[in-house]
Amino acid sequence: MMAPSTDYRARLKALSQCVCDGARLMIGQGNYGAYVAHVEKTHPDLAPMTEREFFRNRENARFGVGNKSGFRCC
Amino acid sequence: MGAVQKHGPWALVGALGAAALAIVATQRGESINALWVVVASVCVYLIAYRYYSLFIADKVMALDPKRQTPAHTHNDGLDYVPTNKTVLFGHHFAAIAGAGPLVGPVLAAQMGYLPGMLWILAGVVLAGAVQDFMILFVSMRRDGRSLGELIRAELGVIPGVIALFGTFMIMIILLAVLALIVVKALADSPWGTFTVGATIPIAMLMGVYARYIRPGKVGEVSIVGFLLLMAAIVYGGHIAEDPFWRPLFTFTGTQLTWMLIGYGFVASILPVWLLLAPRDYLSTFLKIGTIVGLALGIAVVAPHMQMPAVTKFVDGTGPVWAGTLFPFLFITIACGAVSGFHALISSGTTPKLIDNEKDARFIGYGGMLMESFVAIMALVAATVIEPGIYFTMNSPGALIGTTAESAAAAVTKLDPAFTITPEQITQTAKDVGETTIISRAGGAPTLAVGMAHIISSAIGGKAMMAFWYHFAILFEALFILTAVDAGTRAGRFMLQDLLGLIAPGFKDTSAWAPSILATGLCVAAWGYFLYQGVTDPLGGINTLWPLFGISNQMLAAVALTLATVVIFKMKRQRYALVTIIPTVWLCICTLTAGWQKIFSPDPKIGFLAQAERFSNAIAEGKVLGPAKNMDQMHQIVLNNRIDAALAVLFVGLVVAIAAFGIMACVKAMRTDRWTALEADPKLAPAE
Repeated sequence: MMAPSTDYRARLKALSQCVCDGARLMIGQGNYGAYVAHVEKTHPDLAPMTEREFFRNRENARFGVGNKSGFRCC
Repeated sequence: MGAVQKHGPWALVGALGAAALAIVATQRGESINALWVVVASVCVYLIAYRYYSLFIADKVMALDPKRQTPAHTHNDGLDYVPTNKTVLFGHHFAAIAGAGPLVGPVLAAQMGYLPGMLWILAGVVLAGAVQDFMILFVSMRRDGRSLGELIRAELGVIPGVIALFGTFMIMIILLAVLALIVVKALADSPWGTFTVGATIPIAMLMGVYARYIRPGKVGEVSIVGFLLLMAAIVYGGHIAEDPFWRPLFTFTGTQLTWMLIGYGFVASILPVWLLLAPRDYLSTFLKIGTIVGLALGIAVVAPHMQMPAVTKFVDGTGPVWAGTLFPFLFITIACGAVSGFHALISSGTTPKLIDNEKDARFIGYGGMLMESFVAIMALVAATVIEPGIYFTMNSPGALIGTTAESAAAAVTKLDPAFTITPEQITQTAKDVGETTIISRAGGAPTLAVGMAHIISSAIGGKAMMAFWYHFAILFEALFILTAVDAGTRAGRFMLQDLLGLIAPGFKDTSAWAPSILATGLCVAAWGYFLYQGVTDPLGGINTLWPLFGISNQMLAAVALTLATVVIFKMKRQRYALVTIIPTVWLCICTLTAGWQKIFSPDPKIGFLAQAERFSNAIAEGKVLGPAKNMDQMHQIVLNNRIDAALAVLFVGLVVAIAAFGIMACVKAMRTDRWTALEADPKLAPAE
C-alpha cells in the first residue's frame, strides 16, 4: 500500500494513479511508464516500443493468436 | 492483554456475524431485511480472511516475503511486472467475476434463500477461496505456469492431457449455457435485441478509434462507448413501440440461436482490435460499475426478502430445475462458492504480476471472497421480488403455459405462498417494458427484474424501471458475448493443441485452413448444445446448467487434487486436510450428481430416462411436447443420450484424476524428502 503521506494532494494523486492503473490492468493494459523505465534500466542499448506499439502488443497478448487463457471466467 | 487487543475486535466481528446469521436462519413467517444477509456474509468473510487464510499462508504455504516472485526474476516490463497489490486485486477480480456468480444463485433461489446462502458462505471459505489461493501459490512458485503445465509436471503426462481435454469440454458447455442465457433473455424482446445488437457497431467504432484515431486512449473511448450504449437503451424503448421497427427486432429463440452461432464464428476470426477488445473494455467497466451500483442499491434501499427462507422444493420437485438439495444445490451454485474455472485464471496472468509472495493471500483468497459477495447480492436480488413473479419467470412453458392466466393459475397451485394474479404478471411485464415475462429462465431476466426493483427504488422510481431492466440485460449480454467470442478463440487454440497430438499439422495457429476448421468445430460443438437447450422439453437450463455445474466442480476437484499433491510433495501433509476436505466433498457432489443425471429413473433428472420416455412414445407413434413431429422426437432422444455420454465422461475424468492424485500423494509420502518442482528460490537483494 501507499506510504502514509502528510501531503494531501500527493496522496490524492497516488490514489487516482492507482484507480487508473487498476482500470487499465483490468483490460490487460499494463503501465507504459513502468515498461519504459524497465527497458531503460535493463537494456539501455534497446529502444523501447512506442506507446502505440505497447498498446497493440498488450492487446495481442490478451486476446491474440495462440493465447489459450484469453477467456473470461463464467 | 496483548491477546485481547489483537483478537478482541475480531471476536466482536464474529459475534455480530453469528447474531446476523441467527436472525437470518431463525426468522420464520415474516420477511426479513436483506441487510442481515449482507452483514452475516461480510462478517464471515472478514473472520475467514483474518484467520483461515493467514493459517494457509503461514503454515501450509509458508509464504516468504523475501523470496523473489516471477515478476522480479523474469521482469520484462510486459507479462512479468511487479504490480501494486490493490491494482492487481482489481485485475484478478475482473478476470474471475462473470455471469456465473450472478446466474447460479438466482436459479438456486427456488429452494429459498437460506440453503443457497449457507452453501455460498461455507463453500467459498473452505473450498473456493482455498482453491484460488493454492493454485495462485503453486503457479507463482513455478514461474507463473498454466494449470495444464502444472498438472503435467506434478502429476504426469496422462493427467495433463485429461485436464486439457476436460478444460476444453467445460469451455464448450460454458459457452453453450452462456449463449442460452442470452437467447432466453432476448427471445421476443425487440428492446433487448436492439440494444444488444447495437453493441456490435458501437464496439467497432470504438475499435477503429482506439487503433487509428487516438491509439491507446481507452479511457476516453470507453466513455464515448458508454454514452452510446445508454443512448441505445433509451432508443430501444422507441424501437419496441414502433410498428415498423418492432417486428424487425423480434426473433424467436431458434432464430436467435442461429444468429449467435453465426456471430460466434465471424467474431472469433475478426481481428481482436475491431470487436473483441473494445467490447471487452465496455463489458469490464460496466461489470465493475454495476456490481458497485448493486451493492450501493442494496445498502440504501435495504429491501425485504419476499422468498421464504426454505421452500418445499428442497425435496427435488421444483419447477426451475429438478433434483434434491443434495447434490444439486452444490452443482447449481458453482461460481460464488467454488469454481474450477478460477484455477485457469489463478495460473494465468495474475501470478506473473505479483510483487511480493505475501500479496498472494489478498489477491487469491480475498479476490474469491469478493466474488462470493457478488453471488450473495445476486441471491438477494432474486429473493426480493415476489416469489410468484420468480416462479412465473423461471418455470418452463410446458408447466405454466404461455398466457398470464395459465401462468398465474399454475404458479399459485405450486404453493399458496406464491399466489399471484394474472394482472400482477402483466403489470410486471409492462413495468419492465416487455410484452411477456413468462418462462424467461436462465437467471439474467430474473436478476434484471430484481436489480431494476432495487435500483429504481433508489433512483428514478417506477418510471425508470424499464430502463434499469434493459440496462441489466445489456450488462449481462455484453459480457456473455465477450465470453462467447474470447472463449471460441481460446477453445480453437486448445482444440488445435489437442488435435496436434494426433496430426501435428494442426498445431500451426497462423495457418488458415486448420484455424478455420478448428473455429468451425468449436462453434459447432457449443452451437449444438445451445440448439439442444433452446429446443429442450424442460427449458434447456434444466439440462445444461447441471452439466455446466458438474464440469466446473470437476475442474475444481482436479485443481484441488493438484494442490493436495503439491502439499504432500512439500512434506507438509499434516496440513493436507485443508485441500483434502474440499476435494472429497466436490468429488462426492459431482459423482452423485453425475450418477443421478445418468441413471435417475425420473425423466426430469435422468438423461437416459428422458431418452427412454421419448423413444417409448416414438414406438407408440405419439408426439410429446415440445416436439412437433417425429424428427424432433428422434432428435430429443439423441440429445439426451449425448448428454448422458457427456456425464459419463465427466464422472470418468474425476475418478481418473483422483486416482492419479492418490498415487502421487502415496509416492510423495514414501519419499523422505521434498519432491515438489518449484523454480529455484532467489532471495530479494538486500537494500
